[in-house]
Amino acid sequence: MEIPYTVDERPDTGVYNAKLGVWLFLASEVMLFGGLFSAYVFLRLGADVGAFHEWGQELNIPLATLNTMILISSSMTMVMSWVSLKMNDFKKYKLYMALTLLCALCFLVIKYLEYSAKIHHHIYPSTNTFYAIYFTLTGLHGLHIIGGMIVLFYLWGPGSNMWNSKPEQFTNRIEIVGLYWHFVDLVWIFLFPILYLL
Amino acid sequence: MSSGNDVDIQNHIKIYMMVFASLAVLTIVTVAASYLELSSGESIFLALVIASVKGSLVACFFMHLISEKAFITWILMLTAGFFFILMFVPLATYIDQAQIG
Repeated sequence: MEIPYTVDERPDTGVYNAKLGVWLFLASEVMLFGGLFSAYVFLRLGADVGAFHEWGQELNIPLATLNTMILISSSMTMVMSWVSLKMNDFKKYKLYMALTLLCALCFLVIKYLEYSAKIHHHIYPSTNTFYAIYFTLTGLHGLHIIGGMIVLFYLWGPGSNMWNSKPEQFTNRIEIVGLYWHFVDLVWIFLFPILYLL
Repeated sequence: MSSGNDVDIQNHIKIYMMVFASLAVLTIVTVAASYLELSSGESIFLALVIASVKGSLVACFFMHLISEKAFITWILMLTAGFFFILMFVPLATYIDQAQIG
């Protein structure tokens, strides 16, 4: 049996089913991260004035800025991989998707270096409330990067065979995995200033 | 694919390039602004305004929300409403403390 509305727009929603599903998933993700952002506000208000800023001085701003640039670049390569499929250029799709994966890997390597430096200086989530929320937020975000990479790798490798049999459905898959990837970038855009700069 | 569609896609690519450049510049502006001699409140306000502009660029253009169907927009507006309620919870706790104190 053919699954309906994988390519065509559903008349009542105006979008294909997978896109609606991903947007609903992202709405739940907003609430997941929203709860933790709320916890950040709660902990910051509860700490002594200036304590969060002082505790955050141990963080590496140049490395975090580099990571921000890398994630923004990955969003660009992600959207270009989708555009490449729209232009029927499968080779460019593979190239841009590989670049997206490379950016994601670089992000994780830099995050590993940051975490290693903290642990080397005996800074753990239990050190104070700032590092408790820092490790929770960046850790959860890092898990989202890893999860995204698994899906991206599948769609770059074995999953890309679908391009030969169902090109429109495959293009839609890239569009919705792109939505997820841009969301992960969007979360980092807010994490970067509140954790590293304020 | 028709040449009309090709022109349309080329225009989209130009927009994506401009958004990417804007995000890179705004990232540098965010870091530079953190070194300004501002009060804590002013720094937080400025950083969140820049982050909101960057987030809006990603959502509107990379995630195509600017041309998305109304159904999706309504779902996200509902989510945004609950998100702001969630952000208000810590402040509500402080209002409660002020009444007791």
